[in-house]
Amino acid sequence: MSDGIAIGEGAPSFELPDVDGSAKSLPNGDAEATVVYWTCNHCPYALAWHDRLLSAARDYVGRGVRFLAINSNDAERYPQDGPEAMRARVDAEGGWPHPYLFDETQEVARAYGAERTPDVFVFDRDLRLRYRGAPDGDYEDDSQDAAWLRDALDSLLEGSEPERAETEPVGCTIKWRG
Amino acid sequence: MAETPEIEVLWWRECPSWERALELVREEMEAAGLDPGALRATEIETEYDAERTEFPGSPTIRIDGADMQPPGPDEPRGLTCRVYRTRDGRVSPLPDRDDVREALRKASGR
Repeated sequence: MSDGIAIGEGAPSFELPDVDGSAKSLPNGDAEATVVYWTCNHCPYALAWHDRLLSAARDYVGRGVRFLAINSNDAERYPQDGPEAMRARVDAEGGWPHPYLFDETQEVARAYGAERTPDVFVFDRDLRLRYRGAPDGDYEDDSQDAAWLRDALDSLLEGSEPERAETEPVGCTIKWRG
Repeated sequence: MAETPEIEVLWWRECPSWERALELVREEMEAAGLDPGALRATEIETEYDAERTEFPGSPTIRIDGADMQPPGPDEPRGLTCRVYRTRDGRVSPLPDRDDVREALRKASGR
């Protein structure tokens, strides 16, 4: 089980490898808001929401929002979620607008309390958690366009609190090491 | 007279689509003139279960022992959530309802 953070609490620090081998860390400079979300290669829910999450990243990066995607699945049991497969996927998709980090020890997932893929955490400029949950209300409906994530970011960029602070993450469970 | 096909859904609790999968198959069994009460729902709980049943992920629908949409050779086996493609090309944790309907109607001889 995960410990995790609650709304209003600070983002646990981390440094993890990106698919190009470089290390990415949090905190790292100033951002108007930061989105940390768990995803992976093999889960149909993560795949169904994938384009919407990348689209949101492209729309908000220019507004000072930092996005970091993390895969914490056990790559021994799920080799399609290993670092080689992560790199191949990003290459095959022509690059992502944000890092795709591998949390091999799963310590970051446990520190955040991430449970599923996807599982979205949105932090304000002081890295306090302001939204946690699903990207939107229906993985089947592309028109929802990560609306819950976007609403949270719009609120933070306007200097207000997101109206919806928590929703239930929907997706595959993170595959913990045995 | 044709024999009643055996319909089985193999499912893993950690994939949240399992309840909808069972509901979907029962609905389409009824629509195909089959008894939804005859659906065999098999929970896969361990890696051993997955190996023993050659489980390609949850949910898996078998008709007379054959996968309704046989997995490709590169698709993993084991405790995982299965990736389906709907008829409009979307990725989904569930098979397209029309594919289920078609398979069940074919199996029922309707």
